[in-house]
Amino acid sequence: MHGVGVLGLQAIAFYLLSAVMLGSALLVISARNPVHSVLFLITSFFTAAGLFVLLGAEFLAMLLIVVYVGAVAVLFLFVVMMLDVDFGSLRTGFARYLPIGGVVAIVLLIEMAIVAGAVAKRGASAGATIAAPTDVTNAEAIGRVLYTDYIYFFQAAGIALLIAMIGAIVLTLRHRPGVKRQNIAAQVARTPAKGMAIVKVKTGEGISE
Amino acid sequence: MIVGLSEYLTVAAVLFTIGVFGIFVNRRNIIVILMSIELILLAVNINLVAFSVYLHQVTGQIFAMFVLTVAAAEAAVGLAILVTFFRNRGDIAVDDASMMKG
Repeated sequence: MHGVGVLGLQAIAFYLLSAVMLGSALLVISARNPVHSVLFLITSFFTAAGLFVLLGAEFLAMLLIVVYVGAVAVLFLFVVMMLDVDFGSLRTGFARYLPIGGVVAIVLLIEMAIVAGAVAKRGASAGATIAAPTDVTNAEAIGRVLYTDYIYFFQAAGIALLIAMIGAIVLTLRHRPGVKRQNIAAQVARTPAKGMAIVKVKTGEGISE
Repeated sequence: MIVGLSEYLTVAAVLFTIGVFGIFVNRRNIIVILMSIELILLAVNINLVAFSVYLHQVTGQIFAMFVLTVAAAEAAVGLAILVTFFRNRGDIAVDDASMMKG
């Protein structure tokens, strides 16, 4: 352990988490079964949360787990399991789009690698070091800025979520015809005169409508 | 061996590329397309947080939070549209979804 040190451990953790995250991301897009895709998506988000912890952004790491693993991934899982679809037939275009997708991906990757290298070497972020831990916790630092400078954006984010919730409900709500529902007002308003009739029945004849 | 900003940017770039590639190769399966979009947004979040930490500015993390909010809203509405689409057509193959074509 003497030769490794804290920085070495950090690097090992970084490369391990990155490898797991990218590997599971590849499995998300290549898994045959969409349920497996969702599970690999969860792994991917979990390891990304690990990377955030490594960076010192603990609050966002926890948010990622709560929001993505707890809500979005479960939503995906529900939808995948509820829809009765033959997923095998949806993979027919895989080989056909592989070449053009590969070309676009490689071009995109080269471009972004060049930009990332240039950004990291020059400008404001040249030689930037990771922020040293301070007395102020990460959540407190975010709260100090979020509830002052960004309060209107915070409220707008809340409204966006409300609209998304209403939209999802409106889209999926449907009234099926022919479903019997309880009408409490009609039940309460029913009088004995409407609800029953007294009939004198002669012996051996029964009741006819 | 110090992990610098460029390492994080490279990982995020690779993740973004995987997301874009996923949209290309799964053109018929809209569920995997939605998951690929989530991967792309995760890559953006990693970039924002990495810049925020290395430039000693908490603003990037606030932006990452807003991206997270919008991603959650997008997933909810997208999956709701998907469920409605499945109800109307009994299938989710999106490449022959041309009902709205004039």
